[in-house]
Amino acid sequence: MKILVCIKQVPDMESRFKLNSESKWYEEADLAWRMNEYDEYAVEQAVQLKDQVDDADLTVLSIGPDRVREMMKKALAMGCDRGAHIADDDYFKKDPYEIASVIAEVAKDKGFYMICTGMQSQDRGSAQVGVLVAEMLGLPSITTIVGFAFEGGQITAKRELEGGIKSIIKTRAPALVTCQLGLNTPRYPTLPNIMKAKRKELLSIPISELLKVESKQETVRMYFPEKKGGGLVLEGDVADLTDQLIKILKDKTAVLA
Amino acid sequence: MKILLVAEYRDGELLNNSYELVAFAGQLGADSAMFLVGSEGVLPAYNGTLYLADVDKYGEFNPAVHKQLLLDVIAKEQPDMVVFAHSSYGWDLAPRISLALNVAHVSEVIDIVDGVPVVPACNSKLRCDVKAKTAQMVLTLQGGAFGLEDHPTGNPTVVPINTETASEMEFCGYEEAEPGGVDLSKAEVIVSAGRGIGKPENMEMIEELAKALKGEYGTSRPVVDSEWADHTRQVGTTGQTVSPKLYVACGISGAIQHLAGMKKSEFIVAINTDRDAPIGEVADVLIVADLKEFVPAMTEKINNL
Ligand SMILES: Cc1cc2nc3c(=O)[nH]c(=O)nc-3n(C[C@H](O)[C@H](O)[C@H](O)COP(=O)(O)OP(=O)(O)OC[C@H]3O[C@@H](n4cnc5c(N)ncnc54)[C@H](O)[C@@H]3O)c2cc1C
Ligand SMILES: Nc1ncnc2c1ncn2[C@@H]1O[C@H](COP(=O)(O)O)[C@@H](O)[C@H]1O
Repeated sequence: MKILVCIKQVPDMESRFKLNSESKWYEEADLAWRMNEYDEYAVEQAVQLKDQVDDADLTVLSIGPDRVREMMKKALAMGCDRGAHIADDDYFKKDPYEIASVIAEVAKDKGFYMICTGMQSQDRGSAQVGVLVAEMLGLPSITTIVGFAFEGGQITAKRELEGGIKSIIKTRAPALVTCQLGLNTPRYPTLPNIMKAKRKELLSIPISELLKVESKQETVRMYFPEKKGGGLVLEGDVADLTDQLIKILKDKTAVLA
Repeated sequence: MKILLVAEYRDGELLNNSYELVAFAGQLGADSAMFLVGSEGVLPAYNGTLYLADVDKYGEFNPAVHKQLLLDVIAKEQPDMVVFAHSSYGWDLAPRISLALNVAHVSEVIDIVDGVPVVPACNSKLRCDVKAKTAQMVLTLQGGAFGLEDHPTGNPTVVPINTETASEMEFCGYEEAEPGGVDLSKAEVIVSAGRGIGKPENMEMIEELAKALKGEYGTSRPVVDSEWADHTRQVGTTGQTVSPKLYVACGISGAIQHLAGMKKSEFIVAINTDRDAPIGEVADVLIVADLKEFVPAMTEKINNL
């Protein structure tokens, strides 16, 4: 059984962001990078499925500059068998349609039985790429899953809806799922597995060989939101801060009365 | 301009976010029509054409079938925009539609400035203007961004629609939220823990502060996902919606899905090491400090009052 998992590298969201010189994206220097949180659940799901069935072969794919290879090694150490790095320094200029079409181009005719993606990327959050890939490949897709079971070619997934309600959906593989937070508990790679991952195949393919479509939209400007003033920001010594907050709570709320 | 609004129906009811779509069309001064897989018995309060597919026949959730029903209506109406809520129904169906139409698709729209959709990026720390290159476009709208009429009124002109499309996907019903636990919506004070607490042992200091303030403790989602607290404590779109007199967010960044559950609180205090954290946008007071130092110190002072 061939399985594919797609992962993206994103900056730590606690970073202090700056804009790039064109003001069309954030400046990438000085940021700490990590695997998109949603994609960690996707990798874990793919590895669990691989462990459940015989003869599985799990490919991890990522589109981005060379730095994404570090993150891909983590996925390999988590249990993926091989990596396909689609090299693209300008990945951030691609819209979800272009990213999805590149993934579909890699996946077509390869006979993947199961494809896992995150439900959204933390930096851009379009929540489109997974569904688009499935539609391009003519596969059924189930989005926002928080539960997954596979038996005899049948997938039973739980979709998360608003307000804590879930819906139960069944479909036949081959299929694609987009993974939501809390789906499973992503494993930490062990040291032996990190060593083993170093010997796993990690190909690099230039995106120019795979990109055959044009974008449908363009980020024309990136900027900081206007601060909706009003809020008080307090900094300093903790003892002072607690005194200040107690005074504020006494003045502005009834909770300490 | 003409907009097609894709309304939502769940468990026998029309969802309120459908009226946010109506408000959006109103703000753009556009003509609109509405699409709904729903029921004759539960019509939206909306003055306009409603293309209605029978939910008993087509199911509340069935992407391939709903997609075909919607594409047929789009072919007939030729709208400039097809608009969904950015919800579990909307973000699932919208990409299927934009791909079939071969048009731009902008997700999580929070504003339209000079015809260009504005979307958040990086946990709302940044904004992007995203320009469509195609004449027609598909949008999903972030909840709450375009408001909602208080008491929507109106009577739609119903146009029944049908399709022969079948699908292999099977919807097998709902699983309700686990019963039991606390009803946070009744609490007057809530002290909530976010991922910033770092480890499960630190839940205790949050509970202590909640106790000192005679309130309940809540959490953001990662705390529940990591099983540091029970799901019934989660605040946000997929947890509870609360509006206490005081909400104290400890180590919570302020993602939109968390804000949706607590921004109506009367007074909001945030404790965060990151002074740029988006929680600052709704907080009356943002305390830039390490919660591990601040929270116990605060509890002690309150207990000594
Ligand atoms: C469909 C969907 C539904 C969702 N539903 C919900 C929901 O119902 N509720 C919800 O909460 N989320 C929900 N989320 C997840 C949401 O997008 C965020 O991922 C989540 O709210 C982040 O939680 P957090 O703020 O605790 O963690 P983070 O975003 O990781 O933030 C941690 C914060 O702690 C601060 N911090 C770190 N260390 C310290 C310290 N020592 N002292 C003080 N501050 C510190 C950091 O600066 C940071 O701001 C949903 C997501 C999706 C896609
Ligand atoms: N550059 C990328 N490389 C590999 N996978 C990606 C990339 N961008 C997005 N994805 C996948 O698509 C999912 C949804 O992304 P998005 O539509 O950008 O929110 C992510 O969680 C990833 O699984």
